Amino acid sequence: MKVRIGKRPKGDLVDLIERISGEDPSLCYQCGNCTAGCPAAFAMDLPPHQVVRLLQIGQEDMLLSSRAMWVCVSCLQCYSRCPKGVDISKIMEALRQVTLRRGKDGIEVKGLPVDLLSQSPQQALVAGFRKLVS
Amino acid sequence: MEIPYYPGCTLNTVARDFDLSTRRSLKRLGIELKELSQWNCCGAVFPLTPDNVMGLSAPARVLNRAEKEGDKVTTLCSFCYNVLKRTDYRLKRDREGLEIINDFNEGDYRGKVRVLHILEVLKELVGFKEVKEKVSRPLKGVKVAPYYGCMLLRPAEEVGIDDHESPTIFEDFLASLGCDVVTYPKRIDCCGAHMAMGREDMVSEMSGRILLSAHEGGAEMVVTSCPLCLYNLERSEAPLMKREPGFKAMPVLYFSQLLGLALGEDGDGLFSGKNLYDPRPLLRDKGLL
Repeated sequence: MKVRIGKRPKGDLVDLIERISGEDPSLCYQCGNCTAGCPAAFAMDLPPHQVVRLLQIGQEDMLLSSRAMWVCVSCLQCYSRCPKGVDISKIMEALRQVTLRRGKDGIEVKGLPVDLLSQSPQQALVAGFRKLVS
Repeated sequence: MEIPYYPGCTLNTVARDFDLSTRRSLKRLGIELKELSQWNCCGAVFPLTPDNVMGLSAPARVLNRAEKEGDKVTTLCSFCYNVLKRTDYRLKRDREGLEIINDFNEGDYRGKVRVLHILEVLKELVGFKEVKEKVSRPLKGVKVAPYYGCMLLRPAEEVGIDDHESPTIFEDFLASLGCDVVTYPKRIDCCGAHMAMGREDMVSEMSGRILLSAHEGGAEMVVTSCPLCLYNLERSEAPLMKREPGFKAMPVLYFSQLLGLALGEDGDGLFSGKNLYDPRPLLRDKGLL
C-alpha cells in the first residue's frame, strides 16, 4: 500500500471531507471506542475507527469504494463515546455527500419492495431517501 | 394550559394511536395540545453537513410557525424532536445561518422557541408526582421495558432529554404509572432506523439485539416514542423467534397508550388493533382491560 507522507494536495478527498463535515480526523488516536459501541459495525467492511484512520493517511480509493458509509445509521453512538469528540457520523455523512454529489446512490430505489412503501412510517422513507439517494 | 404541538407526518397516518392517546391523556392532566395552524415535514433527519444550511429550511419553517403561536413547541415523534431541537440549537448560535434561512424561507425566526419532547412536558410541566396522583388504574404487575433509541439522547449537549448513557426519565415515568419497570442494557442502542429501506437484514439484527436484551430482563412489552423504532422492533420479532427459540414475541407500543390506560381512558380508544402483536390480551390477563 502506497502512503503519501507530508503536505496533501489542496482539494483532495480529505480536504473535502474536512470542509463538508467540519471535523478534524487528525484528532483521533485510534482507541476504537467508536467501533466498540457502533451497533452497525457488524455490517461494515470498514469499521468506524478504520474509516478515520484511512482518512488520516489519505486513502481515497479505499474510503470511496467501502460500503461503510451506506451502512452507518447516524445514531451518534460513536460521537457520544469518543474521548476526543470526533463526530464520525458527520464524517460518514460527508463521505455519502461526496459520493451522492458524484451521482452514485447507496440503494437501488427500483428494487425496494412495494409493501415497504405502503406500510412503513413515512419518516423511514424520507430519512432513507435523504441519506441514500442523490 | 395550552401547548403548541407539532405532530409531524407519521403521527397523522401510521402512528395515529400515538397522537390520539397522547392528546387524550394530556387532556386528563390539564394540558391541551394545540396543533400548529400550519406545518410541514421536518425532514426526518438532521443534516450532518454543517457546510450546508439549506437542509435546515424545512424545520426552521416549523419553528418559525411555532414562534408565532407560543414560546414553546412540543412533539412526540423522536425523529421530529431531534430535528427540531438540533435545528433550533444551531440557529440560536449561528446568526449568519439564521439570516440565510430566514431570507430563503421569507421568514422571521428569532430563536425564541423552546422545543420540548412530550416526556419533558410530563416531567417538567406536569411532574411525575402529579401524574402518579392522577393515575386511577395503576398498571401493577406489567413488566415494561422502555426503549429510548438514539434520537432522544444524542447528541447529549444538543438534544439529550436525560443522561446519554444512563437515562432514567422513561423509567421514572413508567414507575409513576405503577408498572414494573425493566431496565436493560440495550435500551439506548439504535433499532436500525432508515435501514428499513432495503436492509431488513440489518434491522433484524439490530432490533433483535434490543428485543433479546429486554426479554432477558424479563420484559412482557416494550414501549417507545418513535413510530420507526416501533415498526423496526415489531418486524424483527418473527426472525428473532426463529434464531432464539427461547424468545417469545411481545407487544411493542407507544408509552402514551399506557399513560392513557393508567389515567382511566377507555381501552378501545387507545388500541386501534394496528399492532403486529396486540397488547390487549396481555392487558386483559392482568385485569387492566
